[in-house]
Amino acid sequence: MIQYAAILLFVLGLYGIFISTNTIKMLVSLNILEIGLNIFIISIGFNYQGIAPILSSVSDTGLIYVDPLPQALVLTAIVIGVGTTALGLAFAKSIYQKYQSFDLNDMEESL
Amino acid sequence: MKKLFGLILFMGLGVLIILALNNTISFPKFGSVDLSDRVADAYLDNDNVSEVGSANIVTAIVVGYRGFDTLGEVTVLFISALGVAFLFSFKKEKRLDLKFKPNFMLKHGSKLLFGIMLVVSLYIITHGHLTPGGGFPGGAIIASGVLLLYLADDKFRSNIKGFKVLEGVAGSLFVIIGLLGLILATSFLENFIASGTVGQLLSAGIIPIIYVLIGLKVGSEIASVVDNFLTEEESA
Amino acid sequence: MLWFDIISGIVGGLMLILAFLAINSKKLINSVLLLSGLSMLAVVAFVMLKAPDVAITEAVIGSGLVTSLFVFTLLSTRKEAKK
Repeated sequence: MIQYAAILLFVLGLYGIFISTNTIKMLVSLNILEIGLNIFIISIGFNYQGIAPILSSVSDTGLIYVDPLPQALVLTAIVIGVGTTALGLAFAKSIYQKYQSFDLNDMEESL
Repeated sequence: MKKLFGLILFMGLGVLIILALNNTISFPKFGSVDLSDRVADAYLDNDNVSEVGSANIVTAIVVGYRGFDTLGEVTVLFISALGVAFLFSFKKEKRLDLKFKPNFMLKHGSKLLFGIMLVVSLYIITHGHLTPGGGFPGGAIIASGVLLLYLADDKFRSNIKGFKVLEGVAGSLFVIIGLLGLILATSFLENFIASGTVGQLLSAGIIPIIYVLIGLKVGSEIASVVDNFLTEEESA
Repeated sequence: MLWFDIISGIVGGLMLILAFLAINSKKLINSVLLLSGLSMLAVVAFVMLKAPDVAITEAVIGSGLVTSLFVFTLLSTRKEAKK
């Protein structure tokens, strides 16, 4: 169920990027897309009987764990996400300082 | 009208992806994953776990097996912080004022709270190989503490040059530890310290050392980004 | 297993509603705050999917730092518009 919600979040983010002309709105949509994609990648390795991949001792046998590899990939992807968002916001701020608006249509008129 | 049409079109795309997921044989069904035919089976093997020595398998993958990827990832974060600093470089800069007067309680309570946040972040960073957490969230908590100081005091500006030096030293030490692995052992970033018993604080060889360096680097980078967002050009 | 499906359905539905409102809201600050709420619900989803490391990182970064960066950008531009 949560896998379908993640795919629909991804599609909603894509829709927001295409439909909006405001740069801040586009960055919000990019963040929504990223959250959906992260949840989908984590859900690939999920198991109903599994537990979190942290061992209590080495001698435990017969325990089922969820897949730790997608979690390691998503952990770095989130930190890269804040870097790209900060860079995009810096661009949006410099666009505002030049054209006095966040909207791309206003920017086109003043050219 | 155009928006509604777009929404229907994209929802159709989503339904198409969901139907494609249900039809393929190669894609596993949700909630019934078999780890025995995946790479992760080797990571969870008992002999490999006692060789690496990290109880948290995610940390073992991020810093141990895929440490070179993490080095590249930290470099990407450094480049984005550099880009933000480049776009916000003004000739005469001043602090963005928040238009409220901080009272006595806020000024001194925030410093107390900053100490508590620093202790929590140090705990999270140093126990990264035993409990959930590690360098990335710990560094972000350090940056949040710096953000709290900025919000509580209108005149506060942290020493941004110190952050730059800290970031450079942490990044260089990361590469130097990798090169030491190349000299003392066989490959880049290989573990050359004995990896004690699983579950002890002093175990897992170079993994806690590298995670502390990553935490310092991420914290100083995000703190300098926050400082850049709170400066503006002085209108003379 | 049944409870997992029910709770994940509720969390997923709330996330979709918040994402739709965040994309379609008129004011920019509302959109940013709804994104923060969506990020908080994503933390619940990560904990349910047995990924505690990712949940801690998302809780600190997604709902704290990213929201503050958006708000600072909006604050610094509002002030220029008044001049």
